[in-house]
Amino acid sequence: MDVLPIIVAAIPVTLGVTAASFAIGAVLGLALVAGRRSRWTVVRGLSRSVVEVLRGIPPIVLLFIIFFGIGSGALRMEPFQAAVIGLGLVSAAHLSEVYRGSLLAVPKGQFEAADALGLSRSTTSARVIAPQAFRVAMPGMVTWAISLLKDSALVSTIGVAEIMSVTNQHARSSGDGLMPFILAAAVYIAIGTPLAIWSRWLEKRFARIRKAA
Amino acid sequence: MKSAIFSDWAEWLPRLLDGLWVSVQVTGLSLIIGLAAGLLLALAAFARTRLLTWPAILLVEIGRGMPALVMLQLVYFGLPSVGLTLETYAAVVLALSLTTAAYTSEIIRAGLRAVPDGELEAADALGMSRGDVMRFVVIPQGLRIALPTLLGFAILIFQISSLAFSLGLPELLSQAYSIGAATFRYLDVLTLAGLLYLAVTIPAGWLVARFERRLSRHLTT
Repeated sequence: MDVLPIIVAAIPVTLGVTAASFAIGAVLGLALVAGRRSRWTVVRGLSRSVVEVLRGIPPIVLLFIIFFGIGSGALRMEPFQAAVIGLGLVSAAHLSEVYRGSLLAVPKGQFEAADALGLSRSTTSARVIAPQAFRVAMPGMVTWAISLLKDSALVSTIGVAEIMSVTNQHARSSGDGLMPFILAAAVYIAIGTPLAIWSRWLEKRFARIRKAA
Repeated sequence: MKSAIFSDWAEWLPRLLDGLWVSVQVTGLSLIIGLAAGLLLALAAFARTRLLTWPAILLVEIGRGMPALVMLQLVYFGLPSVGLTLETYAAVVLALSLTTAAYTSEIIRAGLRAVPDGELEAADALGMSRGDVMRFVVIPQGLRIALPTLLGFAILIFQISSLAFSLGLPELLSQAYSIGAATFRYLDVLTLAGLLYLAVTIPAGWLVARFERRLSRHLTT
């Protein structure tokens, strides 16, 4: 049990990697979804390819390409930076899919009404469509945050001292391979479960609003 | 320079393809074992007694709640302390099967629940026993509903198999990494490995999407 304080001390690092990657993904995801709805075929095709590649490659392979591949050559990178860039890119692809789905849920009439009122394309997006789409996207975004929390364990392989990494070290030095990993699993579940409950609550609330409308 | 890169790639490719084959094998085995266990867990969650439903739901939540990497380490490094030592290959298959079981049981459960109530009532009205209703009415239709999502998960577990790198299983990522360590050409060889993963996942994703459209064709038109 003496490993528990060590694991708890590493929680901020795990949360930091998760939050930073999520933030990067949330912003880049917007760019990707904008690209996929662009008027130009080339931009649409390119954005779609980027999403497919980022979703198709195992996240750990992407992390290795960034850290060992790019990081050992042209660009020196700290493990934390490489971790956040890698998981941020993966998040961008997944969140852009969440956004895309939520945009499809906004009724066509909303676009037409904004157009009839003479609102510009950007005003329509920012003031009419985005607020409605965001509400639909929320549960999916939280669900992705949970996946990301678990994926953040991968960055132990490139030397970020988060939960998985300190657990591994302790397991190796103490020779106890069972308790540390059970505790680590418990900590991940303890952080992820409230998020899962929140996501379910958001989804229910959204369904209720839609029924009322 | 360009031709040098390609001759290296040609030299590395056989080893990487060996690794890919191991990845595919491990994925296939884990899917077979994990799906069977996932179906049992899903059925247990449907049982009438809480003695069965609660443990099933708890197991699934634990399996889904922990990172797959933790599951791998737990099985490989943890089980020996309770007297069960597995070889790397078996440990990887067991860990990935457990993860598969947890995720697929949720997918199957959603599929079973999506079978319309009218079907159950009709079967009941025909005097079918509960077991027969499950076997002949609910499970076949529920699995059909769950199929596209299950196939999507199969692609995911193929990606997750790359985590077996951490236990030293000679799958695709391990092979690429050890070539990288020997040649210091990490970027080339890891990119090549990434392309090999994509060569499987992207076409597989298209096939699943096409299949899903075909299955739901009668719903839209």
